[in-house]
Amino acid sequence: MLNSIYDNVIKGDLESVKEGVTQALAAGHGSSDILNTAMIPAMQEVGRRFENEECYIPEMLISARAMHGGLEVLRPHLAKADVEPVGKVVLGTVKGDLHDIGKNLVGMLLEGAGFDVVDLGVNVSPEKFIEAIRQHKPDFVGLSALLTTTIPAMQATIDAFKDVGVRDQTIVMVGGAPVNQAFADKIGADIYAPNAASAAKKARAMLKRI
Amino acid sequence: MFCVIGERINTTRKSVREAVVKRDVNFIQKDVKKQQAAGAHFIDVNAGARIGHEMEDMKWLIETIQPVIDVPLCLDSPDPSVLEMAYGMVNQPPMINSISLEKDRFDTILPFLKGKRCKIISLCMDDSGMPTGAQDIVDRARRIVYAFEDMGIKRDAIYVDPLVQPVSTDNAKGVMVLEAVEGIANELPGVHITGGLSNISYGLPKRPIINRIFLCLMMMAGMDSAILDPLDAATMAAIKTTEMLLGKDDYCTRYLQAIRAGEIIA
Repeated sequence: MLNSIYDNVIKGDLESVKEGVTQALAAGHGSSDILNTAMIPAMQEVGRRFENEECYIPEMLISARAMHGGLEVLRPHLAKADVEPVGKVVLGTVKGDLHDIGKNLVGMLLEGAGFDVVDLGVNVSPEKFIEAIRQHKPDFVGLSALLTTTIPAMQATIDAFKDVGVRDQTIVMVGGAPVNQAFADKIGADIYAPNAASAAKKARAMLKRI
Repeated sequence: MFCVIGERINTTRKSVREAVVKRDVNFIQKDVKKQQAAGAHFIDVNAGARIGHEMEDMKWLIETIQPVIDVPLCLDSPDPSVLEMAYGMVNQPPMINSISLEKDRFDTILPFLKGKRCKIISLCMDDSGMPTGAQDIVDRARRIVYAFEDMGIKRDAIYVDPLVQPVSTDNAKGVMVLEAVEGIANELPGVHITGGLSNISYGLPKRPIINRIFLCLMMMAGMDSAILDPLDAATMAAIKTTEMLLGKDDYCTRYLQAIRAGEIIA
């Protein structure tokens, strides 16, 4: 039963995933078990295939949609059983930048990896990030930027975190077309993710290390 | 004639950035000569990738490029002081890439444009973000055109970029921008429509075939310029062939010329 949920998430079959989760719950499977042995591993497999160019963005999206649908069925049960998300992430595109496609993909895959995702949207000021860090106490903050003219705002955002003393309270992850490892190191980010699948993978790996 | 803006001299490309760092005159000159020979009408120059060095890199690039080509430059920078410096160096009216309806960006570039002879690319981007529908794009293009015309800039000097978005994350985005281009061409006759096309294929395999067929559809819809790599022979062949099919090549002259020059591979 859990195997078929796994397969249907990978296939992106929304209705079958919802049905499968409902049936698994009725058959007595624990909500945490369904999430951690079927759904999250399925999204990890999708991420792996994406990174290896065995599947492409539209296919990843259709899996993410199925995952999301399954989670909606599962969520009340997870809450009842006091199952915590694996971690919390605050995401946003930095100030001056209005691109959201990359950030949205990262959000979907983080959700698929079991994270609770707070998406602040685009053109997010350092102050807004700071407010969100204080309010949500996230394990990670993800900064996105797509232009060479807006990546300096990543530095400004991280500097602002330091200025108000929240830098050490969270792990900063950066990504976007003009960003690379060297730039991430230079501005003092903790993680550089070259694509959405690696963002989810690296975030999980980092949490395990902590 | 379809206006090709050659995109290769951009410091976000590794080979160009290295040539700029090394001040490799030969590399840059060879590249732009090839772009011109392949049919570029403008050579885009972007020196923005080395943060803190844009001014000196732009200056060096213009000094290096201008003596070896006849076509004008497309000055690609968001910084008015860089544009001002570059404008002072060019020996024929350039194109400016780019302005947008985002208030900060618009207000920053506006003083630079006063009294300048240039063509200008304006993105259909405003403070609310990326456009969300075809009519939204047309409305933004109209705001651009009217704002510039109020300043005395001729419609023929305005190139609007409708902003191509990927079909991989939303398969309605192709139709959206095609309808927008049609709308702009119908409702704002005389304005030029340009932009980069390769965003359309982001996240999908075999991007060149997607880009090329999309280019033909965009031309059909009314796009009359694009920012692309003129050394991509298949794309340049597609442009010439599409122009002929759209009745913009009298007696198929340019198509046949291109055939004899070996530029079109069936």
